[in-house]
Amino acid sequence: MTTLQVRVWRGGPQGGDYRAYEVPRQASQSVLDVVTYIQRTLDPTLAYRFACRVGMCGSCAMTVNGVARWTCRTHVDQVCADGRLELAPLANLPVIRDLVADMREFFDKWARARGRFAGRRTRHDDFERVAPDSEPRRQVDAAIECIGCGVCYSSCDVVAWNPDYLGPAALNRAWTLQRDVRDAAQAERLRAVAGDAGCHACHTHLSCTERCPKHISPTAGIAGLKRAAAAAALKGEL
Amino acid sequence: MSARREALLWAAQRASAAMLALCVVVHLATMIYAAHAGLGAAQILERTRGNVVWLGFYSVFLLAVVVHVPIGLRAVLSEWLGWRGASRDAFLAAFAAGLGWLGARAILGVFL
Ligand code: SF4
Ligand code: SF4
Ligand code: FES
Repeated sequence: MTTLQVRVWRGGPQGGDYRAYEVPRQASQSVLDVVTYIQRTLDPTLAYRFACRVGMCGSCAMTVNGVARWTCRTHVDQVCADGRLELAPLANLPVIRDLVADMREFFDKWARARGRFAGRRTRHDDFERVAPDSEPRRQVDAAIECIGCGVCYSSCDVVAWNPDYLGPAALNRAWTLQRDVRDAAQAERLRAVAGDAGCHACHTHLSCTERCPKHISPTAGIAGLKRAAAAAALKGEL
Repeated sequence: MSARREALLWAAQRASAAMLALCVVVHLATMIYAAHAGLGAAQILERTRGNVVWLGFYSVFLLAVVVHVPIGLRAVLSEWLGWRGASRDAFLAAFAAGLGWLGARAILGVFL
């Protein structure tokens, strides 16, 4: 196969439609390479977002043939058997233009989930020591490599049904802090993430876990938050 | 408030699910036994009438159903119909009462 038939969603907040392009097929071509070719060679008005091209920054996620993916590390081979690609912005987020989704709400929810570390010590104290093989530390390790790409959020049906739902990424972030033995804002964080816009809205669908390019399981973290919230509520601490 | 309520409802949902798992297994095993042993209605009633063990077992089963089903239905109503707030909760309380009444009738029907 020498050319790819690519349909790209073009438009903005008011709506839009797919436009067709033909892109030469190359060995080891990533989906991001395809988008870049279109923008550099065929149509310079195409808007899209990327930065690192090596799967670290989390800015290049799009909907590829109906599935949210990081495009810089998705090879065309993996996703298109018949030479056709359909590219759209991430679902569950407002569109700014073409393939660029507005990530503000997504990251505001991290803040609402109390996603920042609250330390107890000052620069004058010694380091707190956390044993690398302790259970909480291992749970943090399993969840900490999130790149904030929004793939999980875009794949979650509960976000579509309940726009207030904090979503898998923000809750996964809260979980890494809930398991951080140095953090001093546990009760406050549990209050922020419990409730019907928080961890209790999750149906354990596992779409987030299946699609996360970093192989994180937000589902597992959310289940952990539910257990922690139940324990706190039974003790009257929530 | 919502955080605490949701957390407690979740705990109730989990605990009732565990009870249901056990009750359904016991119930099915009993049904299969009764069918294999060829027990008719009269013989079954003979065993259940005045039997406080079966009364206790099915009361626990019913309690688990009355707790579990409305909590699940609550999520369906909120997400699929967008029905939240006091009117939904009143409906669910009535629904739970209805389930309890039907279940209690069935249990007493084979006990008395
Ligand atoms: S497991 Fe929970 S957070 Fe993940 S996609 Fe399903 S409902 Fe959403
Ligand atoms: S959890 Fe995974 S899919 Fe979700 S934002 Fe982080 S890296 Fe992306
Ligand atoms: S461009 Fe940075 S993750 Fe894809």
